[in-house]
Amino acid sequence: MNTARYILGFAAGVCLVCAVLVSGSAVALRDLQAENAERERQRNVLFAAGLADPEEDLSDEEMAARFASVRPVVVDLETGEELPGVDPAGVDPLVEAGAPESSRPVADNPARVRRVERRSVVYLVEEGGAAAAGAAWNAVVLPVRGQGLWGVLYGFLALEADLETVRGLTFYRHKETPGLGGEVDNPSWKALWPGRRVFAGGGEPVIEVARAAAGPVAEDPHRVDGLAGATMTSRGVTNLLRFWLAENGFGPYLDRLRAGAGD
Amino acid sequence: MADPPARRVLMDPLIHNNPIALQVLGICSALAVTTGMQTSVVMSAAVVAVTALSNLSVSLLRNRIPTSIRIIVQLTIIASLVIVTDQILKAYLYEISKQLSVFVGLIITNCIIMGRAEAFAMQNPPLRSLLDGLGNGLGYAALLLVTGAAREILGAGEFWGIPVLPLASEGGWFTPNGLMGLSPGAFFVIGFLIWFLRTLRPEQVEAE
Repeated sequence: MNTARYILGFAAGVCLVCAVLVSGSAVALRDLQAENAERERQRNVLFAAGLADPEEDLSDEEMAARFASVRPVVVDLETGEELPGVDPAGVDPLVEAGAPESSRPVADNPARVRRVERRSVVYLVEEGGAAAAGAAWNAVVLPVRGQGLWGVLYGFLALEADLETVRGLTFYRHKETPGLGGEVDNPSWKALWPGRRVFAGGGEPVIEVARAAAGPVAEDPHRVDGLAGATMTSRGVTNLLRFWLAENGFGPYLDRLRAGAGD
Repeated sequence: MADPPARRVLMDPLIHNNPIALQVLGICSALAVTTGMQTSVVMSAAVVAVTALSNLSVSLLRNRIPTSIRIIVQLTIIASLVIVTDQILKAYLYEISKQLSVFVGLIITNCIIMGRAEAFAMQNPPLRSLLDGLGNGLGYAALLLVTGAAREILGAGEFWGIPVLPLASEGGWFTPNGLMGLSPGAFFVIGFLIWFLRTLRPEQVEAE
């Protein structure tokens, strides 16, 4: 029983059985997990837009009801034009960013985004119920992503109608250390964001996660408290916000909205 | 030494020989996940399932596992069971699995499971090993649930998410203890529990 042959054979057998078990469960449960992840993404659009509180337990109907005042819009990132003919449900920016024909490479950047999708989906938040085409929106929710310490942070940034003031920031998927960088999920840290200003009178984005504490919104509008013990994550959040607010991200679209061409 | 009856195999680890309180194993996850009742219950269920099934599988293979690679074989079995458990939680209990984050995956390194596989399942038949795994998982669960209840009540004035103590911030008299919401709070609760158990049963106190 202790011959090398038996030991190798036994090890191979155990590995085979365990591999079948693990991959079987992964495959069998993949659809349910994908559904959960999609739900989580939608919830976070609502959180960023201030339409839901992370503490409340939303049923599917409530979520659909609140989503009625959120209009997804497909946007061409390079030109900043809206693509009204394209169904947002058929566009997954993250999938498109991964395929060569639907994305473009970008130069080295601190957020370490390598490829940017040609078109993305933003969410225009409209006041009260369903508004007719051409109606005013009061906030825009932008998908953002970028490298943290252990992996890519995926989230949403909501800007008020002035396209400068933050309404909310949430991350729905990340791999940061629980208790340190994972505090990007902490409601009291997220509560520091609303009211901060991402631009200083046009031009390049200046929003920054500070190294230590930042002042109150009125005195220190462009900075937010750093996360203690999570320098790399804090830096990552700064970098990814600046990337997506600039020319390679939603810069052209924001310019177009500012010029009043949105809607 | 005669084998103890099956009932004792199952019941002993609950209080008499509790893996957390007496052996002080599995403390890391007990600190991290006991902020509330819901996370404690789900984590407990996951650990009970993994200890029971890993003991059962190791015991079934015990006469065939080559001694030179037995630890790595046990670990492979435990790791696979934990990954499957994690997948199930992500599919059916997504919200809670997000709160438990890495700690489900870290069940792999929980000393209770490895300890029972090596110390019990390698020498005992499958049914007794299954009972031993269930018992130790439940012993872990018992402590987790008491700690989770204490921390949620003292730290948030709630039980299972339902307010039980009127909060001072809402006109009541109870001011939540913020420390209970953080991991050090669990050290105090578990410390008191161990003291309490050893006062009731002085034979649990280690000789000096």
